[in-house]
Amino acid sequence: MLSSILIYGLINSVILALTAIGFSLTFGISGVANFAYGGFYILSGFLVWMLLHYLKFPFLLAIVVTVGAVGLLGFITYWVILSRVRGIALSEVIATFALGVGILELFRYLGFVTYEFTLPYLKKGTIFLAGVPIDYQRLFIIGIGLALVLFLYFFTHHTRIGLSFRGIAQNERTAISLGIRSDRTAALSLAFGCAMGALAAILILPLGIISINTGYEVLLIAVAVGIVGGLESVSGILIASLILGYTQVFTGTYLKPEWMMVVYLAAIVLVLTIKPSGLFGKFKELEERV
Amino acid sequence: MKFRKERLDRGIKARCEDIFALSSYREILYLLLPRVLPVVLLLVFPLLKDIVGLYWEKVLVITCAIALLSLSWDWMASVGLISLGQALFFGVGAYVTGSLNYAFKWSPLLTIPLGTLGGALICTLLLIPVLRLRGVYFAIVTLTLPLLLMRFIETTKILGGTEGLSALTPLPNLWVELYIPVFALLLCLFGFRRLISEDYGLVLQGIRDNDRAVMSGAINIYWFKTEAVFLAALVGSFPGAFMTHYYQFVGMPAFALDYSILPLTASVLGGVGTFAGPTIGAFILVPLSEVLRAFGTLRVVFYSAILIICIVGLPEGVFHFIRRKYHQFERMVEVG
Repeated sequence: MLSSILIYGLINSVILALTAIGFSLTFGISGVANFAYGGFYILSGFLVWMLLHYLKFPFLLAIVVTVGAVGLLGFITYWVILSRVRGIALSEVIATFALGVGILELFRYLGFVTYEFTLPYLKKGTIFLAGVPIDYQRLFIIGIGLALVLFLYFFTHHTRIGLSFRGIAQNERTAISLGIRSDRTAALSLAFGCAMGALAAILILPLGIISINTGYEVLLIAVAVGIVGGLESVSGILIASLILGYTQVFTGTYLKPEWMMVVYLAAIVLVLTIKPSGLFGKFKELEERV
Repeated sequence: MKFRKERLDRGIKARCEDIFALSSYREILYLLLPRVLPVVLLLVFPLLKDIVGLYWEKVLVITCAIALLSLSWDWMASVGLISLGQALFFGVGAYVTGSLNYAFKWSPLLTIPLGTLGGALICTLLLIPVLRLRGVYFAIVTLTLPLLLMRFIETTKILGGTEGLSALTPLPNLWVELYIPVFALLLCLFGFRRLISEDYGLVLQGIRDNDRAVMSGAINIYWFKTEAVFLAALVGSFPGAFMTHYYQFVGMPAFALDYSILPLTASVLGGVGTFAGPTIGAFILVPLSEVLRAFGTLRVVFYSAILIICIVGLPEGVFHFIRRKYHQFERMVEVG
């Protein structure tokens, strides 16, 4: 019992971290709003499905094409929509939110709502770990999820592009004066965030069916993880996912599974009242939130 | 030879603006027409039900409901609180009214005011913890609240769960159905326009523009924000409460995305910060969406497209455009 809670809590936590990572990169770390994240997430799921079923691509190629295409779409989105309202934070939010809703509801209209829309596992099969059955897909999720978080940390702390992502969020004018091209960096950040979201979708969606409502849920998860962990911190993503993931599994086991969704809201409200900058957020506290 | 466009106030505007010695019917009309004409049209429209048909009268009711939600959105926006989840107000108001009527069989005369008040209280209590947030962060939380409440009702199966509560008491007659929303809309529209130009409204606008400056004036901005949210929630819960009895049903669709995105689109289309703008926006959008009813869920895509186009391309809004044309004329003048 305990080992199953521990293992499935970890899986759940890594799923949360993986879901949130693309959103955190764009909104948390570089300060560019991307509320179309849920839309892009579901779009990547359907894109892989369509490549597999209509064009008969091999699975691996479909994954590469989708991640690339969604990344490119994020890049284009920045130049077409976001660059025109950049700096007006609320217009950014409303425009990208509308884009996300548009994508999701378009798929709903086109009839992508039945049970046939599932993605294949990377590798079928199950192994037993301490007496608990786990399928390979979930192991992949843990592996790739943790690797992505680590990658994100090194990327944003030790590469030029990653550092410029943080630069434009901290102080855009100073960043510009140091030769960082603000628009291009923001566009790249959106592209990277969308590509990561696509990767997360391809890994996580095989666990269930691709449903439109997941798109809204993804945004909710991303926001909850971001707020609890502190938007601009990579380690915050991991810690917040662990806290939320384990709390959810505990509520699911000892209370009722119905209460699992309430965990997000309770966590958001609790963190905002006690420590508005998030558990690991360092700045922005005075400037933007309180 | 180069030209540029020049805008000048019309003579009649200059004459009517400050000096209140109106000297002709033309001037009186100039001032009164934009205010009285919409009111008269709104009051007369329900009387024409034999000419326009019952269908369009029902559209009027829905339009008024959405217009009220847009007004509530605009009111929050004038305090600097941007909501992406007006469905919260609508849904909570609807559920409070519905469950009161379902449990105690009280008449709509009692449940609609109670539902409006109770819904507003609940929404305010839900939003108080996040009122310290500004701008984007507040918007995120409001976006998630209706989704969460919907999920909560779905999974805990309280208040009828996915089935909802049906067979509620209908409204007494057609005239009540048609005129109550119209009166509520007019009251809120002119009430809000008045209130925002009073001292109270100035404080609220001050909080939007520079909350730290208002704090330094020894004003408790959180209390003012709470009051403003309560007012907005009242105006937002009322359509929920009313539509519950109008449809004789309350269920999870009360938290639907339409009620969040339609008021938002209407406000942005009409022009933010004027109260008249969001109303005009609602009166453009809702009838349009009725015409497009055949497209079903594609309509939400359509609203999103309008929203993006307006935010990116026409941030000014319809109302500001009309007002400019009414008060000013344009001409080309030579440059240099």
